[in-house]
Amino acid sequence: MSVALPTATQEVEPPEGGILSLLRRGRRDGRVTGLLIGGVVLFVCIILFGVLGPVFVHQSLAQVGAVDPNLPPSGAHLLGTDGQGRDVLAAMIYSTPETVKIGLIAGAIGVGIGVVLALLAGFFRGPVDAVIGAVSDSLLTIPGIAILIVIANHLTQLTAISLGLAIASLSWMVPTRLMRAQVLSVRERTYIAVARMGGESELEIAFREVMPNILPFAAASLVWAVSSAVLASVGLAALGLGTGDVSLGSAVYWMMTYSAVLRGEWWWFGPPMIIIGLLFLSLLMMSLGMDRFVNPRLNDRG
Amino acid sequence: MAEAPVLRVQNLRVNYTTRPGLAPAVNDVTFSLRPGERLGLIGESGSGKTTTAMAIMRLLRPPARITAGRVLLGDRDVMSMNQSQLRRVRLSEVALVPQGAMNSLNPVMRVGEQIRDGIAAHGGQREAAQIRTRVAQLLERVGLPPDVARQYPHQLSGGMKQRVAIAIAASLQPKVIIADEPTSALDVVVQRQVIATLAEVQKQARSAVLLIGHDMGLVAQFAHTVGVLYGGRLVELGPAEQIVSSPRHPYTRMLVDSLPELEGKQRLVGIPGLPPALSAMPTGCPFHPRCPWAFDACRASMPPTLEAEEGRQVACHLYPKHSSLPEPPAPPPAQEPADRDAAEAGHV
Amino acid sequence: MRTYVVRRIGLLIVIVFIAFTANFLIPRLIPGDPIQAELAQQAAITGNQGVNIAAAAKALDAKFQLDKPVWQQYLAYWDDLFHLDLGYSIQNYPETVGSEIRATIFWTFGLLGFSILVAFVIGCLLGAALAWPTAPRVIRALGPFFMVLGSIPQFLIGLALIFAFATILRILPGGGVIESTQVVAFNFSTIFDILHHSILPAAALILGLIGSWAVGMRGMMISVLGEDYILFAEAKGLSPGRVFLWYGMRNALLPQLTGLAVALGTAVSGAILVEVVFNYPGVGFLLFQAISQKDYFTIQGVVLVLIATLALTLFIVDILYPFIDPRVRYEQ
Repeated sequence: MSVALPTATQEVEPPEGGILSLLRRGRRDGRVTGLLIGGVVLFVCIILFGVLGPVFVHQSLAQVGAVDPNLPPSGAHLLGTDGQGRDVLAAMIYSTPETVKIGLIAGAIGVGIGVVLALLAGFFRGPVDAVIGAVSDSLLTIPGIAILIVIANHLTQLTAISLGLAIASLSWMVPTRLMRAQVLSVRERTYIAVARMGGESELEIAFREVMPNILPFAAASLVWAVSSAVLASVGLAALGLGTGDVSLGSAVYWMMTYSAVLRGEWWWFGPPMIIIGLLFLSLLMMSLGMDRFVNPRLNDRG
Repeated sequence: MAEAPVLRVQNLRVNYTTRPGLAPAVNDVTFSLRPGERLGLIGESGSGKTTTAMAIMRLLRPPARITAGRVLLGDRDVMSMNQSQLRRVRLSEVALVPQGAMNSLNPVMRVGEQIRDGIAAHGGQREAAQIRTRVAQLLERVGLPPDVARQYPHQLSGGMKQRVAIAIAASLQPKVIIADEPTSALDVVVQRQVIATLAEVQKQARSAVLLIGHDMGLVAQFAHTVGVLYGGRLVELGPAEQIVSSPRHPYTRMLVDSLPELEGKQRLVGIPGLPPALSAMPTGCPFHPRCPWAFDACRASMPPTLEAEEGRQVACHLYPKHSSLPEPPAPPPAQEPADRDAAEAGHV
Repeated sequence: MRTYVVRRIGLLIVIVFIAFTANFLIPRLIPGDPIQAELAQQAAITGNQGVNIAAAAKALDAKFQLDKPVWQQYLAYWDDLFHLDLGYSIQNYPETVGSEIRATIFWTFGLLGFSILVAFVIGCLLGAALAWPTAPRVIRALGPFFMVLGSIPQFLIGLALIFAFATILRILPGGGVIESTQVVAFNFSTIFDILHHSILPAAALILGLIGSWAVGMRGMMISVLGEDYILFAEAKGLSPGRVFLWYGMRNALLPQLTGLAVALGTAVSGAILVEVVFNYPGVGFLLFQAISQKDYFTIQGVVLVLIATLALTLFIVDILYPFIDPRVRYEQ
């Protein structure tokens, strides 16, 4: 069973030759697929849109009443203006990073909690594992959005951080589950026993020896967690529980309130829908690509 | 034994079409079965024995493909049948007792229903009560109580499951039953019982049986005729007692020698080396890298199949020069790695 | 079997207990006095409804017994829940939250139940077809298509459908559940009108839900088709249809059923916004209105009902599952 498993040193050692050669090698052995690269590129493009956009379009155009409302696209307003008198392009440029930010904050915290809990559960097993398992299983069956609505409704000030925290508190269960299974398999490997004989404590082993091995799984769950966090934040904002007026979700809220779709103002409702769609598409591509990365055996199947 | 054969396999060849250059998994295999005859096919894994069985039933899945040869059921060619003709023939004329007793029954269907299913597919009795008695009869014949019909497969032991599989195979009194390693994954005692059940059922239905296995002892005890497969080739075929008492092919000889003896001192001799992979099939006779008798001709050309006497075939360059297998020229080569190298060096 | 049921009931109670307690604690753990803040805000927004505010404030005081210790408040909270008393609605005072939910929940059940069922059936059939080695190219292309649709929020699909079918083509209504000119009665034309209005919201949910089930089913089916019992079934001379449905699908479908239960949560979250997008008068829309009106009681009530319903559904599925899957039934 352990014959084919690589040894500890091989796995923990930093890859030689930097990112590019690592990429090339991954590409060759089929672990880095076009899907993964495409997803990352698309995701980076979306971030760049928010980062570089402010260079060309001033923030003031994204404020309510800055321009005449309901204008179709023209030379002055490349994507027209919305019903609240905002330049749609400017609104998109300043909304997109906000939404991505919430997703990243919530995703990173959620996966961070997941890593720690998975290590605890996988290493100490027994009652620790049982309690973590029971709580996460129960929370999994509760519709997260319902709890989030209650939380968001009571937060007097909704910021990216507070909302991110709230979402993270409900998005650690799936990563925990995924990585716990991984921890259980890693801890049975020979070099863990070697480390144990070498006198390292269980906690040291867990964090120093096992953690590096579950990082690929952490990356895979991060994509999942970011995706579900973006979904939750967009949903909350679309219900009117957003972090102010600049986020993709609140763009949806306002276009629903003003019936932009029924009025046929495609330049208003189109851009947020397309950006949200692309954001989820990039995350989907990454997570499909990650599947192969995490589990190279998938390559054998058609 | 003068009756016309129920099953004739002629020059059967099966290829895996994934990569060009792969040797055939079944190469030019010819044998026939008379009514009521029990033929055992023996071989290591990868020798093509299961592939042969699946080819006869036309159940091969891609990338495996029959590329040459004929399979005649009576006087009808199975190779030229269309899918619906094949369905009609399966179970009613050629039935399978599958490998892997554990997984060959549908886990979410009651046993009785799975027996009934096959009968119904061939327009068998339709009246509920009639079918129920028929199912009970079949179960009784394989030594199972009738209430097994109401149970699910996971409630049965491995041996019971395999008996159910035999009951299904015998349900329409087929002319031929193909038992593909029916005893794998069963313990020794249960193996004997299952083989005995198979023999019992075979006698009653007067079916011919093609028993496939890797255990020379088990197969030779059951079968009238034994065929030995190596590297996709049928290297020897003959009456069971002759195969055991005076094997002609070196491989058969080594298989027989490796049988544990019940009395006297154990003389357990394994066969050094590994069976060849399809991607690294040696030139000439596929067995030559492991064969102590091997000489130049064995490396150069594939030995033809000779029929020295009625019902006795062998494919080896020692014949027809010799009339029986001579003593080996030198002690068999001992180191495995050397053999492996030889096998690889000889690869096309 | 009995221990299984007992354990499952235990889990149900734990889930409901945790969720309801969280619902009680969250408002009290967050600093500040949100209820007072809300009331003040309420007064500011709807200055002309002074009567409601006063009455609601009284109801609030009585309800929360804010002067009493937290554990007494907690007991009172459970007492109310056992009496199915969810308090009064602020936005529609003096209507109770209970009656608000009763008036809306059947729309949600109908829409959601129908959509989930249809999506499950289509998704499983599609997934099974995708696993078939000789599936036509059209079907193969549908896999990625539904996967992408499944990854984006369902309300986006809804908005796109409204734009296409209501704004541009004008062949289907883009919102509501009944035409304002329609005389509501239990007759054919009313039912037809409701169905007519439900096509687009149902389509949005169905399109969004198919993907995940198709993907899951495809994976299951591929592994099932490689099983020995499929080969044996073919060796029995059964028709391909019989093999596919009774030996393949039936085995692949069972794990999918557990997936169905787990996916319910996602479906409910998605349905809330789909209802909002379509002004569909279900609990999702009620929730949306309550949020924009800062109607604290209604929000709480809807959330509690959602959680309880979902937990109960999961419980029922888990209890029924052994009757469908014989392997589980006897292992207990």
